[in-house]
Amino acid sequence: MKRVAPIFTVVAAIIAIWYVAAVFLNAPFERDQAERAGRPIAFSEILQRTMVQERPILPAPHQVAAELWDTTVTKKITSKRSLVYHAWITLSATLLGFVMGTVLGIVLAVGIVHSSVLDKSLMPWIITSQTIPILAIAPMIIVVLSSVGVTGLLPKALISTYLSFFPVAVGMVKGLRSPEAMHLDLMKTYSASRSNVFWKLRVPASMPYLFTSMKVAVAASLVGAIVGELPTGAVAGLGARLLAGSYYGQTVQIWSALFAAAIMAALLVTLIGMLGTWVNRRMGVRPEAAR
Amino acid sequence: MDTQTVIKAEKLNLTFQTNDGPVHALSNIDLSIDKGEFVSLIGPSGCGKTTLLRVIADLEKPSDGTITVNGMTPEEARLKRAYGYVFQAAALFPWRTIADNIALPLEVMGLDKAEREKRVSENLELVDLAGFGNKFPWQLSGGMQQRASIARALAVQPDMLLMDEPFGALDEIVRDHLNEQLLKLWAATKKTVVFVTHSIPEAVFLSTRIVVMSPRPGRIHDVIDCDLGENRTLDIRETPEFLKIAHRVRDGLRAGHSYEDV
Repeated sequence: MKRVAPIFTVVAAIIAIWYVAAVFLNAPFERDQAERAGRPIAFSEILQRTMVQERPILPAPHQVAAELWDTTVTKKITSKRSLVYHAWITLSATLLGFVMGTVLGIVLAVGIVHSSVLDKSLMPWIITSQTIPILAIAPMIIVVLSSVGVTGLLPKALISTYLSFFPVAVGMVKGLRSPEAMHLDLMKTYSASRSNVFWKLRVPASMPYLFTSMKVAVAASLVGAIVGELPTGAVAGLGARLLAGSYYGQTVQIWSALFAAAIMAALLVTLIGMLGTWVNRRMGVRPEAAR
Repeated sequence: MDTQTVIKAEKLNLTFQTNDGPVHALSNIDLSIDKGEFVSLIGPSGCGKTTLLRVIADLEKPSDGTITVNGMTPEEARLKRAYGYVFQAAALFPWRTIADNIALPLEVMGLDKAEREKRVSENLELVDLAGFGNKFPWQLSGGMQQRASIARALAVQPDMLLMDEPFGALDEIVRDHLNEQLLKLWAATKKTVVFVTHSIPEAVFLSTRIVVMSPRPGRIHDVIDCDLGENRTLDIRETPEFLKIAHRVRDGLRAGHSYEDV
């Protein structure tokens, strides 16, 4: 209860602010309507109407909740109007991109830690890669790949990979270099081979870094997948929902897609976190320090 | 008794290049250590005692001079796993249980599982940690962790133990206790021990020979023979012989410092 109370307080505060903002932002439209109709309108009526607009500037929380409920529970999963269907399209690209990004990040980190040549030659490029705005490069990746016949899941996953390999590479370089000098000396006194040092010391020492960076990477992957769905005018996915919503001024749809994405990201990050805690426990980290 | 020389250093020099110019960590070190000896290196910080130990262990390369370990270069000796090294901190891997920590060098050596388990339980027994094999390091006290690290060094079954202030971070009560245990261990195994410390009573109590070192440049100031007989206990620290040797060590440390304006 002690842990839940603060969270509820914050959520309640956000919802309250949201309602106030919804009234404030949607009221001008109602006043405008009333003025045109040439009839006076009471504040209580405005209040009522701002909650149920079809295309509000800012939909009220319950409208988004209703839309979310409607498009997840009451629609068939196979339906083009089901948010679960769209979320799955995005999720599959996210997960594929995340796995590729994590593997790429780890491979790069292993290379960089073991070779100063790679360290000097690759590291600047890795950092530069992230200074390019993803919104600029995403359409090009999609267009170039579709011109060579690669469409569908893979181009989106590649954009996810592009965003998610970076935190993993940087985190793992740090993690693989994290063993103390004393531990490295110890391995040297055993005349341990490089692969022994790697598997018995560097890899276990890097585990906390891996999971921390994977949490960042999975969230970045989701952003990448959504961004990947935007420029193609994709027909499916949360990105497509966002795009369609903004074409037709369906703000409720935009907000519900946004929430679906946020909920998915939270679930993914939580899952990775739980995996990390589990691995840490198995590795004997003090229970209170494992979180 | 055959007096086989295991460590022989001649005109050993080591200069570190730092940003503040060269630091003469070891200067003209001549030292030979025989099999089965317990030699303490004592001196103030910066006298090069740890550096000398690290040169013997091939963790540091001398600038010039010669040093042999078991008649080989330190590198060859290290590759043959001639010694077990005990660091100032226990340096246990936090993700391994105590038993798995002790098994670490054995895994590196490629011993089979049965042999590893045998050596682990033997050495846990030896340092009085039987029953703690499944604990993780954080579940043990500092003294127990250091005992585990000694067990890990012994598991390699080296002829030689190199110990770098192994009890420096422990409180005096634990330290006394471990000193007694170490002495028993040494008497039982007859290993050659090179022991770095800055505690005079510890050095006198444990050693057969005390090498007093002084700083800037790091050099040997005095070498004191010191054998207080077998099966000695901590009570020996009140005897006149003990105090006489301790006094000489203290004098040596002071003389080494005398040129400094402290």
